[in-house]
Amino acid sequence: MPDQLIYAMEVILNGLMAGVLYALVALGFVLIYKASGIFNYAQGVMALFAAMTLVGIMNGQVPFAHLINAIFGGHITHFGWNIPALLAIILTMGVMVLLAWAVQHFVMRHLVGQEPIILFMATIGLAYFLEGVADLMWGSEIKTLDVGLPQGINLWIDETTYNIFGYGFFIDNLDIVATIIAALLVAALVAFSQYTKQGRAMRAVADDHQAALSVGISLNFIWVMVWSVAGFVALVAGIMWGTKSGVQFSLSLIALKALPVLMLGGFTSIPGAIVGGLIIGVGEKLFEFAVGPLVGGATENWFAYVLALIFLVFRPQGLFGEKIIERV
Amino acid sequence: MFYREAGDFKVSYRDDSQTFPIKFDRYRYYAVLVVAFGIIPFIINDYWANALLLPFLIYAIAAIGLNILVGYCGQVSLGTGGFMAVGAYACYKLMTAFPEVSMFIHVILAGGITALVGVLFGLPSLRIKGFYLAVATLAAQFFLVWLFNRVPWFYNYSASGQINAPERDVFGIIITGPNAPAWATYLFCLIFLTASAIIARNLTRGTTGRTWMAIRDMDIAAEIIGVNPLKAKMSAFAVSSFFIGISGALFFALYLGAVEVGEAFGIQKSFLVLFMVIIGGLGSIFGSFAGAAFLVLLPVVLKVFGADWMGWPTDIVAHLQLVIVGALIIMFLILEPHGLAQLWRVAKEKLRLWPFPY
Repeated sequence: MPDQLIYAMEVILNGLMAGVLYALVALGFVLIYKASGIFNYAQGVMALFAAMTLVGIMNGQVPFAHLINAIFGGHITHFGWNIPALLAIILTMGVMVLLAWAVQHFVMRHLVGQEPIILFMATIGLAYFLEGVADLMWGSEIKTLDVGLPQGINLWIDETTYNIFGYGFFIDNLDIVATIIAALLVAALVAFSQYTKQGRAMRAVADDHQAALSVGISLNFIWVMVWSVAGFVALVAGIMWGTKSGVQFSLSLIALKALPVLMLGGFTSIPGAIVGGLIIGVGEKLFEFAVGPLVGGATENWFAYVLALIFLVFRPQGLFGEKIIERV
Repeated sequence: MFYREAGDFKVSYRDDSQTFPIKFDRYRYYAVLVVAFGIIPFIINDYWANALLLPFLIYAIAAIGLNILVGYCGQVSLGTGGFMAVGAYACYKLMTAFPEVSMFIHVILAGGITALVGVLFGLPSLRIKGFYLAVATLAAQFFLVWLFNRVPWFYNYSASGQINAPERDVFGIIITGPNAPAWATYLFCLIFLTASAIIARNLTRGTTGRTWMAIRDMDIAAEIIGVNPLKAKMSAFAVSSFFIGISGALFFALYLGAVEVGEAFGIQKSFLVLFMVIIGGLGSIFGSFAGAAFLVLLPVVLKVFGADWMGWPTDIVAHLQLVIVGALIIMFLILEPHGLAQLWRVAKEKLRLWPFPY
């Protein structure tokens, strides 16, 4: 087999892995959009917030230590204990549920019935707010996150491919774990929305707010729940990205990367988010591999958006989105 | 008492259709112009110009531009930073290619070039709308920034990849580069802002503006009553990008002087201008001014209050600023979705009836 083809195969595999991570973030968007019609720009910042909280709890940092020290003087930084990863993850999940409640109670409840674009702007405001709070709470320096996920090159794949092609593929263990976890997460979400009472209520709300309200489903509760689930997805995404590239501000920018994924897949489709993520992941890696060197590289910055833009011109509702029907 | 239309008789169509029909408004407008053109240039110093006045003037132009697109035509755009970059780089290329030509012409041409680019990236708006369009404009943002970063022709093959504004003058007065006096740069920007505001105001209350608003309110209905959506949307993108391009050119040439594109015209800038438009008020020229003033003032006030008075570390102040801006945006959307301009309108309404409540 020619070398170029083998390299391309490796690029495609890596692209698929990256695509899974994009799909993870996109999932959070789809969940909230389906249930409440809110396009939650803050999803990426929620992932950042979750990851920072997790690191902070694990290291036993004192929240707002920097601020407290600045106002009252003193030098408190740590409680002086370390919390095991699993417990910390559960505690962080608690924080995300609290956050979901706060968002619903203080922001979204007051904006019911506003135009979608106003809601979108509100979530941008929320993103700024959360980012500031996260930095104040835990400090803005880059942190390493290690919850015990395997990292580094997968030797088994390296050896097997070396035996077949005479060239070992470089696949990160973390990517494989991420793929498995993402698959589990999607399965769990599907099971949740199909087979549990709350899941059905959630789908009912997504279908028709008023009808759901009239059969006795509490919108408030469902929305808090949806934001919590989105917070959970954000936590998973935050752990994955945080382990991969450190917990830092750029984590919140992956939210922007999830947008073209959504446009490809359609805002309302969970399979769409996954397929879209894979297409974007493979597409941008392949494009960078094939065309990048010719035009100066770093095409990953914009390829996804341009792809989505061109795609949308031909199919405005995305791959799996509901057909947009307009009435005057 | 003084804010009344009563007794102010209109005896010609000209009088009837003037921009400020109420006498007090008109005088206030003249007074603002006199202060801005006649008094501030004489008392301005470098600190005031660079910290407050120049960013305010330049952002106000950008906000007017974006307001035309988002507020009047209803097409949400997140590509403002990219379009400002087009203005800046067009201006830079023109300045270095034709050193003899007046800066006025360069800036206007830069606006024109940006308008062309804007129309190009506005084309998808014919097929898609709402969020989808907002995300599509992100393509413009990222692609344009990447382009200016990677293609050396745009930054004249300079080693650092930056662009630096060479010294240029208007009628013999230096207005760009480090030696430019504060009053000259201020006046130059002010002229552009005043012209932009007058043009925008008159466009939005004429036929063009009404077709934009028809498209915004319901595009299909607008099409049925005979509005050409292609013309309306493309003209909105063109006019909006024109203003944004001008502001980008001024931002680079007069305010910053040296620009690294990812830093100066990144996605943050797009959001900043969008916030100005939202906080100021969608669909209002006054709102663009108010929003720009508010968001230019806020960091300065916070810095003076937090870092200088309270002695907090600057990074805490920066984070607090994020929190406050975010909270303010949410508060505004909840309490007054139509922004500062609506507060102003309510105040005016009260003034007209004063001292009676109804």
